[in-house]
Amino acid sequence: MTTSAQTHASALRVEIDAARCQGHGRCVALAPELFALDALGNAVILGDGAVPPDLEAKARLAKVNCPEFAIRFARD
Amino acid sequence: MTARPPVTDWATDFDHMHESWIENPYPIWDDLRQRCPIAHTDRFEGAYLPVRYADVREIAYDPEHFSSRRIVLRDERLPLVPFPPITSDPPQHRGQRAVLLPLFTPAAIAPYEAKVRELCRGLIDGFIDAGACDGAAHYAQEIPAVVTAMMLGISAADGDMFRRWLNDLLVLGTDDPELVMRTHAEMAGFFMAEVAKRRARPGQDLISRLIEARIDGAPMSDVELVGMVRLLLIAGIDTTWSALGSCLWHLATHAEDRRRLVADPSLMPTAVEEFLRAYSPVTIAREVVAETEIGGCPFKAGEMVLLSFAAANRDPAAFPDADKVLIDRAENRHAAFGLGIHRCIGSHLARMELTVALEEWLRRIPEFTLAPGAVVTWAAGAVRGPRQLPLVFP
Repeated sequence: MTTSAQTHASALRVEIDAARCQGHGRCVALAPELFALDALGNAVILGDGAVPPDLEAKARLAKVNCPEFAIRFARD
Repeated sequence: MTARPPVTDWATDFDHMHESWIENPYPIWDDLRQRCPIAHTDRFEGAYLPVRYADVREIAYDPEHFSSRRIVLRDERLPLVPFPPITSDPPQHRGQRAVLLPLFTPAAIAPYEAKVRELCRGLIDGFIDAGACDGAAHYAQEIPAVVTAMMLGISAADGDMFRRWLNDLLVLGTDDPELVMRTHAEMAGFFMAEVAKRRARPGQDLISRLIEARIDGAPMSDVELVGMVRLLLIAGIDTTWSALGSCLWHLATHAEDRRRLVADPSLMPTAVEEFLRAYSPVTIAREVVAETEIGGCPFKAGEMVLLSFAAANRDPAAFPDADKVLIDRAENRHAAFGLGIHRCIGSHLARMELTVALEEWLRRIPEFTLAPGAVVTWAAGAVRGPRQLPLVFP
């Protein structure tokens, strides 16, 4: 998904780069409202990845704790 | 283990088995990061040592040039002994790993948590009235050995044998190739017999699950199967006990952190991650199989690489205040469990064991220190942690 420069406040969306994720599971430990693990233990996005404003801090925490740099942010 | 020749210069003659590295490796890595971030040695028949996070990461991500077929740095190259998937490279690696991954997800290991807690409580019951114990031998070492035996469905009474195997392979074996090959053969014999038992009468344990597992529709060969089981034993035990021992050592020697953690148990998750970063127990190796260049340094085929995730985790370019242990560090993408396709499969199990073992210890023994005049000894070789940790809690 591509994003463009933002001119107005818009919803944050989390994305996982499945090619990078190795199943460390840090995102699920830190933001279980936004991430889950599949049968192999790799991370998946819950729902469409839209981050409610009250979960933005948790989303950021998940991103900066991913050892594989597999979490990206996008703005709709 | 024999005495190692003195190191002339850590940049050109490093030796991770040398006593000054074993005692305190951090200043060595800090020094190298300043002046020669990729060191080399002619010991071990030739090996490189990256100490920057970026270089360690790049190598971990490059199995094409850096093979995992040899993952322990030894004085001489031994015949290849497979421990799939940790000793596997693509493309074989993926299917072998996929067999193990579902068995070690957080959901899969959750049922063991209550048993670990019970085990920890029992161990503490055994020494709390004495007011003293060896935190390494009487607590840290016991927990993962029993948990691993339980998961594999083998007798915990074999725990002493497991410890001897680990010591023979990872410590004494560094400069004793015959001992290593003899230990591998002994383990293979033991586990082949365990496999035969389960073929006759399948159970719910991990060995039974692996016998039933299929890779591309086919069962694993005995060599793959026994190699995988040996890996679960080796990888799960002294790694975790070393990490737990280091946590106890830190808390015994840093009263302010210990009291803060006791007063505010909600700090436990960040504290555990920070201990994993600061005292990462595991240093693995790679073999250069095709010439390449990393960080401006040529890597010659046939040489080894000592891949120190512990050194990467102490790199100030990747971690602010890298040399400080901050139990509330919120941003911590440490590499204690490795990076890339070989991420430690047991990481969720290890985190659970560490967390439960520390919670139970601090609940019962909130105040403790090193015993007066205590001599703390650290393991030599691929895994770092205290081997002798005399603690008192009067």
